[in-house]
Amino acid sequence: MISSKRLILAHFWLAFAGFGVALLLGEWQMFIRSPLHGWIGDPEYYYRSVTAHGTAMAYVFPTLVAMGFGYAISEASLARPLAGLRWAWAGFTLVAAGTVIAVVPVAMGRASILYTFYPPLIANTAYYVGVVLVVVGSWIWVALMSVNLRLWKRDNPGRPVPLAMFANVAGSYLWAWTAVGAAIELLFQILPVAFGLTTTVNAGLARVFFSWTLHAIVYFWLMPTYIAYYTILPRAIGGRLFSDSMARLSFILFLIVAMPIGIHHLYADPQVGAGFKFVHAVFTALVALPTLLTVLTICASVEIAGRLRGGKGVFGWIAALPWGNPIMLAAAFSFVLLGFGGAGGLVNMSYQLDSSIHNTQWVTGHFHLIFGGAIVIMYFAIAYDLWPHLTGRALDSLRLMRLQLWTWFIGMIVLSFPWHYTGILGMPRRMAFYDYTDPAIARVASSVMTSVAGGAILVISGILFFIVLIRGQMAPRVSAGAYRFSVAVHPPRAVPVALNGFALWIGLMIALTAANYGYPIVRLLALPEAAVPAVFIGRG
Amino acid sequence: MDRERLFSPRNPWFTGSVALTLAITVVTAAFGFVWLPRIERNARFANLWDAICSVAGAPRAAPALAPVVQPSVVTTRVVLTPTTLPPSDAESIGRGATLALRCTMCHGARGLSEANSPNLAGQYAAVIYKELEDYKSGARTSAVMMPIVADLSQRDMRDLAAYYAYLPRPSGPPPSSTPGAPRIVESGAPMRGIAPCGACHGSLDNKLGSPWLEGQPAAYLHAQLQAFATGARHNDIGAQMRNVARQMSPDEMEAAASYYAGRP
Repeated sequence: MISSKRLILAHFWLAFAGFGVALLLGEWQMFIRSPLHGWIGDPEYYYRSVTAHGTAMAYVFPTLVAMGFGYAISEASLARPLAGLRWAWAGFTLVAAGTVIAVVPVAMGRASILYTFYPPLIANTAYYVGVVLVVVGSWIWVALMSVNLRLWKRDNPGRPVPLAMFANVAGSYLWAWTAVGAAIELLFQILPVAFGLTTTVNAGLARVFFSWTLHAIVYFWLMPTYIAYYTILPRAIGGRLFSDSMARLSFILFLIVAMPIGIHHLYADPQVGAGFKFVHAVFTALVALPTLLTVLTICASVEIAGRLRGGKGVFGWIAALPWGNPIMLAAAFSFVLLGFGGAGGLVNMSYQLDSSIHNTQWVTGHFHLIFGGAIVIMYFAIAYDLWPHLTGRALDSLRLMRLQLWTWFIGMIVLSFPWHYTGILGMPRRMAFYDYTDPAIARVASSVMTSVAGGAILVISGILFFIVLIRGQMAPRVSAGAYRFSVAVHPPRAVPVALNGFALWIGLMIALTAANYGYPIVRLLALPEAAVPAVFIGRG
Repeated sequence: MDRERLFSPRNPWFTGSVALTLAITVVTAAFGFVWLPRIERNARFANLWDAICSVAGAPRAAPALAPVVQPSVVTTRVVLTPTTLPPSDAESIGRGATLALRCTMCHGARGLSEANSPNLAGQYAAVIYKELEDYKSGARTSAVMMPIVADLSQRDMRDLAAYYAYLPRPSGPPPSSTPGAPRIVESGAPMRGIAPCGACHGSLDNKLGSPWLEGQPAAYLHAQLQAFATGARHNDIGAQMRNVARQMSPDEMEAAASYYAGRP
């Protein structure tokens, strides 16, 4: 039973509002850099837009979705109202205020540093303060998830924690720990410069701290998607979850191995030793484990549904699946995009192969496939699934939903595949201007224009998404019944204590972080000559 | 079930997960820190410990394989940071005004030149200071300027910088028939590695140490671009202006110089 409907709806609406604006900015950026448009004359507008796009899409949108979905999971799976409702509203207020405080200087051109901060670039203080507020607001959510789980466990000693809540809390703990890297960077390295207390910054160390956050944050974005695979999809298509333990194991593995791998973003950085780069490459490869476990479990769960619907033979069950069901469609698209994105990711994570595509449009293509594709399409599915329970009104534009999911899927492919190709040709990312008349890069022109068309399809899909939700808000009132999660083939009556809590896994997560990050951080801390003068942005 | 102890050597989940994590870490570290550097046969690795330190990223002195080549020309010794120059005060500006009397012949009574010398009124203090210091050290050469700055103290140069920065920058309406900025100023030439002039010298953005150029004499700007291109002027420590100017065509130099000269 979901009782804090307004709280959850507020999270989702703010998340999607930010997403909508950032989506338009993204398409604008692609259009003005393509051969379809002349040089805008001032690169500043481009970087301003990229900063806003990245900040909204990376920090605000997924964090709010995870928070809103997390509150819904807590109430629905534990079957008790959320403890700490006022705190939850305080967290939401902090995120909303932080977003505004961060976006205003960006819009004014005082913070065109991109969401990855890039010290020694130093932006207006308000930008960093805003980002810190967003993170602090989300930490309130982390604490609330932990408290609610604890209260439930106290009242239900010995009972297995519902899978959805188990995964949800795993995601919140992952976020709490992964955000620490960027928080240290902001609080101890960047803000002192922004406040004028010092004029130099150890940029190499800052990059190491940011890599701590930068990769695992993707798994935090991924958590709602994986939760939806395991706990929504089988129920929505009339099947059963193949294995509850396998699901728990996947989330535990994410918790452990998502963290100590971020240095694969620093393969081209001279301040980190090659040995650590190799170790991080190996641990990055280990992330394939929970991903493949998930692919196996979800395919098996879907097969159960297909066979229950009368599908026969080796592939017959696939045809028997309810392809008209938006959740089924979204999950299938998500898997395809995850497959392509993951395959591209194998290149990024390899120390050697990465050098051929490092900092090219390939990277942009990769993370748009994973985040914008596989992850966000499931955010749509989550919204479609939850909406009737939050608004008390039916979402009955099924055709529109299918059209929306199809256009998002096609748009994302048309957007990101040419990016991969131009990346292989060596087209750098995050540049405000390309001279397509030069023979050296003229041949990427058609690919770039294809990408712009893909972006336009995504904008259409985004508009359809809002139409579906808004029509849902205006539909007649119905009773959606209790919100349910999928049931396992063998619902767990008792699980080992290790699979019912997090103490051991958090211990391993912190230990591995210390092992893989400890020495590079300590060594860079001890290098005072690594500090470089700050470059202030937007003060000229 | 909850009575089952988690952190106990008898719990297979505990021992198994810790052992597995430890094993993966140790094996990976052995590969990354011992085996890979060993097979690399890098002549610079004196022994195993040396190789491990190297791949761990421990700072080491550069190998003395070849003597360090010192530049044959004097380069600037000024390091500009936001705190290089203290905030100016009235006394500093007053001293600078007195010292500036000797500059008026070329740079004008109030820092506005009539003689194709650069206008100094309202120029950034960091820029004035750096150029004076470079003339003094010989990093920038000029038969006129070098004798004049020879006897200036550090304080003199800072005061002069404070005075000229304090003077009002010439302003006025933009020329009525303003043509748009030439391409080199607005977008540079990315394929030749030329950043837009405006990205450092104003109109798009300003970078510390770069002068604003609007209203400077075209002859002066043009001569400086050519001096950078030939290397006759070399007080840009990162060679950023030399690299830009070398790649510029004569037409682009002409366009950039006359565009900036024509701005108020």
